[in-house]
Amino acid sequence: MSAVSDQLLVVAVLSYLAAMLCAAAEFAFGQRGVVARAATRELVSVGAGSSASPVPASPADPSAAAPDRAWRASWAGRAALAAFVVGVVAHAGCAAARGLAADRMPWGNMYEFVISVTLVGAFVWLGLVWRRPALRHLTLYVALALVFLLGLAGMVLYTAVNPLVPALNSYWFVVHVTAVTLASGIFLVGFVVATMYLIRNGYEKGKRSFPYTLGRRLPAASTLEPLAFRLHAFAFPIWTFGVAAGAIWAEAAWGRYWGWDPKETWAFISWVVYTGYLHARATPSVRRPVATWIAVAGWVTMMMNLFGVNIFFVGFHSYAGV
Amino acid sequence: MGRTWALLRNSWRQLTSMRTALILLFLLAVAAIPGSVLPQRSVNATRVGQYLTDHPTLGPWLDRVWAFDVFSSPWFSAIYLLLFTSLVGCVVPRLRDHVRALRSVPPDAPARLERLPQHAAGLTHDGDVASVATILRRHRWRTVVRGQSVSAEKGYLKETGNLLFHFALLAVLFGVALGSWYGWHANRLVVAGSDGAFCNTVQQYDEYGLGARVDAGDLAPFCFELTDFSASYLDSGQPVSFSAGASLTGPAVGRPRVAHFSVNSPLRLTDANVYLLGHGYAPILRYTDRFGQTQTTVAPFLPVDGGLTSEGVAAFPDVNRREPKQQMAFDGLYLPTAPETGPVLRSTHPEERAPALMLVAYRGDLGLDAGIPQSVYVLNQRQVRAGQLTQVGDAKLLRPGGSWTLDDGTTVEFVGTRQWVTLSIRYDPGERVVLVSVILLLVGLMLSLTGKRRRIWVRVTPAPDGGRSLIEAGGLARSDHPGFAAEFRALTQRISGED
Repeated sequence: MSAVSDQLLVVAVLSYLAAMLCAAAEFAFGQRGVVARAATRELVSVGAGSSASPVPASPADPSAAAPDRAWRASWAGRAALAAFVVGVVAHAGCAAARGLAADRMPWGNMYEFVISVTLVGAFVWLGLVWRRPALRHLTLYVALALVFLLGLAGMVLYTAVNPLVPALNSYWFVVHVTAVTLASGIFLVGFVVATMYLIRNGYEKGKRSFPYTLGRRLPAASTLEPLAFRLHAFAFPIWTFGVAAGAIWAEAAWGRYWGWDPKETWAFISWVVYTGYLHARATPSVRRPVATWIAVAGWVTMMMNLFGVNIFFVGFHSYAGV
Repeated sequence: MGRTWALLRNSWRQLTSMRTALILLFLLAVAAIPGSVLPQRSVNATRVGQYLTDHPTLGPWLDRVWAFDVFSSPWFSAIYLLLFTSLVGCVVPRLRDHVRALRSVPPDAPARLERLPQHAAGLTHDGDVASVATILRRHRWRTVVRGQSVSAEKGYLKETGNLLFHFALLAVLFGVALGSWYGWHANRLVVAGSDGAFCNTVQQYDEYGLGARVDAGDLAPFCFELTDFSASYLDSGQPVSFSAGASLTGPAVGRPRVAHFSVNSPLRLTDANVYLLGHGYAPILRYTDRFGQTQTTVAPFLPVDGGLTSEGVAAFPDVNRREPKQQMAFDGLYLPTAPETGPVLRSTHPEERAPALMLVAYRGDLGLDAGIPQSVYVLNQRQVRAGQLTQVGDAKLLRPGGSWTLDDGTTVEFVGTRQWVTLSIRYDPGERVVLVSVILLLVGLMLSLTGKRRRIWVRVTPAPDGGRSLIEAGGLARSDHPGFAAEFRALTQRISGED
């Protein structure tokens, strides 16, 4: 069963890679076609975060793509989404098989935790694309993040299945780790969207150096920014709950609800940075790009919490298994 | 005087502004970073000592700026105290305004409804102003009728939640302070058996800390004896479970009883909780001296790896009729499962499957009378270096029950082992306050993030000929509310469609 899980991980990574390649092909074929029109649609439908209502491409668009290029582009886009779905299924299977092999929820060490967080992110992304199909063009970047994290998990963090150490053997394990996994997964998607917003915003301001060139094919900044905010606002209470559940568990396991253990400290730092993001967004004098950079900083602290703390610092939380 | 007042007022406005809050939040996050990178005294005092030893020039300077006590340092406290002052200064006026808003009615409709972000005109309604108000009230809008127009507002919970969240943060701070003033904690190592029992007094602890308003007499009176400890492991050596049994007596306990506790389910007494931290083995050594006197000592050894390879010292300072320079000590390495072949250096499994004790004997002056505190787990190296304590013979490997005769005819016998556990005993009266505050905080947070403050006005022009009256409606969302357009549309349809 553990071998099944490992094989499914490989399938998942390859499927996400295929999704990336197809999405890239869509960009290539859809030179001035599908993606740009979708982006223009977004610009036209101003404000209230609408999904891609079928606004016909302006007939005066002189560089409309040749029909067969557009056909190839749209098929590449569909293939990308299909490959992503296959990846998600394999990914879910990998996590489930790992859980079955270990006879517990698959969050006992860093390898399993990264698998779970990325799975949450993948599901959130599928949900978003279902509700707002125009977002599927960002699948390239989401898949890129997933491939990177899963690859890292498989190559560096991998560890064999083993049961939980006694300190983790508690029903709080499910509560606390579910909450932080969910929140981290949603923050992951929020980070990708926030980065896309910053790129697109720079592009709309006239910057033409890499990475702003990627902004040409992204949806309008005015739709990306509210989406990024809503993802972060959704994840933030879950993160708060996760940290609080961790504190309640820490009282039962270690004797105190807060001890400034490195992982606790970095969870606090992430919380404060995301609080800063929410406050910045509510302050009119702070411009949106500045606020969004705070959200990006928040993700950096999350990565520090996940990788840096587990690997470099000694503390109670050393369950990395690495 | 006026200028000073203006300066104070402006400084206060600056402090309570959002920009300052943002800067302070950022500073708080950055200030916490050294608390995770550098070892902290409250987390692991031994590592702080190690750091100071490893960095003899940088270490003391860092110590001077409280780098090893970041979270109780003045500069960290200044940041969060300023932040909370800013919070209070911002939130109290908002509370006042919110109470005022709750008690007042939604404002009158603007003269030109067509200038509002949401607008609908030319609708008809079968009824009068009062029935429009009823429809709105049914959808839980706060409605007031003024002449021929209806003003409705909804979403007060957003600000209520926001205020609840911020006041709950203050309550958390209060709870933490309460715990710090009136709480206490203590640690010690307890060997199983009646001679290892202890009572809850500061003298009997290896390490303790009392809150600012606690003195030694406030500790809950109880006594604790470790009756058994059991640990189970996999064949790979990974632990599966730890549990301990204890016999409790004393007024805080009531009737003497036996209780079981383990990691994740601590012993909860009134006014104290007992937590299981670690465990290990304590070899029992029996030494017969030159005059035939026997002494037995139970010496806890500290584990150094996952296989519970343990190191320690068994000291016999009072043997040989206390003749000077005739004290004995044994520096030992205990392996619960010694490897069958090869050097006896590391235990291969934490269970006692093939226990072995490697001893090195020392004779001389242990240095205990100098009055300088020293660790009970290592020999006094200064004495060894000064030649006051010398090794006797070679290292000797003993199995349980085995004995060793030294050069002067004395014998030491490895009787067996006992288990020991390390316990943390704590009392924190602020815990419940913090817990309740965190729950309120979460409720407030959800309300403030999901609440949407919005207003709707409806102007009714009754039909001159007694038919359906004409409706003009306008709506304003006071915060980012993407779904408001749809809500407005649905509401106006309901008003005009209702018959």
